[in-house]
Amino acid sequence: MSNVVSLDSIFGLGQLAPPEVAPAAASGCSSSSCGSSDGPADMDPAVWDKVKNHPCYSEEAHHYFARMHVAVAPACNIQCNYCNRKYDCSNESRPGVVSEKLTPDQAIKKILAVAQEIPQLSVIGIAGPGDSLAAAGKNTFATFEHLQKKAPDLKLCLSTNGLALPEHVDTIAQYNIDHVTITINMVDPEVGAQIYPWIFHKHKRWTGLDAAKILHEQQMLGLEMLTARGILVKVNSVMIPGVNDEHLLEVNKAVKSRGAFLHNIMPLISDPAHGTYFGLNGQRGPTAQELKVVQDACEGGAKLMRHCRQCRADAVGLLGEDRGDEFTADKIEAMGVVAYDDEARRTYREHVEAERAGRNASKAAAQAEVQETVGVEAEPILIAVATKGGERINEHFGHAREFQIYEVGPGGAKFVGHRRVDQYCEGGSGDVDTLDGVLAAINDCTAVFVAKIGGCPSKSLADAGIEPVDRFAFDYIEESALAYFKDYAERLGQGVVRSRAGQDAVIRTGALTARRA
Amino acid sequence: MAYKIKSAECTVCGACEAECPNIAISLKKGTYVIDPAKCTECQGQFDSPQCAAVCPADCCVPA
Repeated sequence: MSNVVSLDSIFGLGQLAPPEVAPAAASGCSSSSCGSSDGPADMDPAVWDKVKNHPCYSEEAHHYFARMHVAVAPACNIQCNYCNRKYDCSNESRPGVVSEKLTPDQAIKKILAVAQEIPQLSVIGIAGPGDSLAAAGKNTFATFEHLQKKAPDLKLCLSTNGLALPEHVDTIAQYNIDHVTITINMVDPEVGAQIYPWIFHKHKRWTGLDAAKILHEQQMLGLEMLTARGILVKVNSVMIPGVNDEHLLEVNKAVKSRGAFLHNIMPLISDPAHGTYFGLNGQRGPTAQELKVVQDACEGGAKLMRHCRQCRADAVGLLGEDRGDEFTADKIEAMGVVAYDDEARRTYREHVEAERAGRNASKAAAQAEVQETVGVEAEPILIAVATKGGERINEHFGHAREFQIYEVGPGGAKFVGHRRVDQYCEGGSGDVDTLDGVLAAINDCTAVFVAKIGGCPSKSLADAGIEPVDRFAFDYIEESALAYFKDYAERLGQGVVRSRAGQDAVIRTGALTARRA
Repeated sequence: MAYKIKSAECTVCGACEAECPNIAISLKKGTYVIDPAKCTECQGQFDSPQCAAVCPADCCVPA
């Protein structure tokens, strides 16, 4: 059981404790969390069963479960203006970037090795670094075919631009791949022509409007074919200010009407150093609030996803962390034969299942208390949270490489995004420049929840109008956020604190230079 | 009459290998190469050489 004990880094606690018995809800219950471990009330139980352990398809699952991408598909069949296939750097984290390409055999060995080390692992995805279905999807399907036999407990998923999707839908269904992500940035070829300079289709390179029109038709057809077979589809859209920002509302409607399960609107990552067309031509990405405005406007359409970390095509671990360095080709090669054993993963999944059962009731109780004391009119606020996972406030301020953002108000506490930052504390001392970056990244937040924080950054945060809060250390995030909101609303009424409505924040897109601790 | 791959610009993605109708492209010592004896520049087969049409780095060129 040694593997399971190491999970205390996730929980911030000692041993795996049984979940506390939650108090019964005082009154009412929130529409999204009412019910039991069967899943949310508004979700078909069969669908919940598919997504509950998938970090990319369930916001809740992303606090508990890890994914792994294997970079077996380097070839691509389209060119996007936000991508430069020549670029690779091990210090960077964004889609399409990868350090080591793997053969299907190497991928299987790596997956088995990672599964032994990381019991939270539940999903294996193929996301490139090119397109998983380009070059006839040969490596992608060879990998899945073997994996299905060697590690049947792991879920399979792939991500594609959709161009070659229609011809591969039957194969996808045959290998029990029940999650597919399609990147759809437009439903209008005029918009598409500004994003895609060319595509390769039916033995020909197409450019301009023709290219965008073919891509659009293939994407819509592929999406319809997948949903007709009951395969869950997530649609990724890259938000490019001035190109498709407002247009994404139409994309949202179009994909929802074709049965997409989730819509993930991600900010454009653009930097001249990346050598992309957009990067070199000064196309900017959106600010945090610009992104949130479009995401909020799409809420109510296809279910929106906000926890995407835009991870690398060879990422390993929980979303927001990357343990790829521990599993390089040399290290895997040196391991010899790796056996399949799912005991630790089974134990971990049972633990999460038990913990979830208690959480729904305790969240509902905390929300009812807020509605009772604060009323339902109060404006919600944003809170930044330092966490290592497990839905707990269990990371030190100075060690955080990202902050999770929660919106909390009378309607409850919900995860609305995350902000990547450089680690403030390196080798025991804080760095002033880094702190400025952190302040810019969470500038629209009222408070930052941490397990621990030093005096110096604490003062800088307070001076900037962001309250550092360590009194909820190691507690659950949502319940703590509601307790904080109750207290905040009271202080706001007394004029002791000021609202931060109208503030914006910066989305960090540069190279992630953080060194591993 | 054949194409070649400029290895300094090649990303080793393998897209060309998958498209070549003549099985003229293979991985040799970590880089893709075109066998000039097998390459037809796709004449009589397609509108344009397939390797050049699919290459993301535009590094498949006339030899």
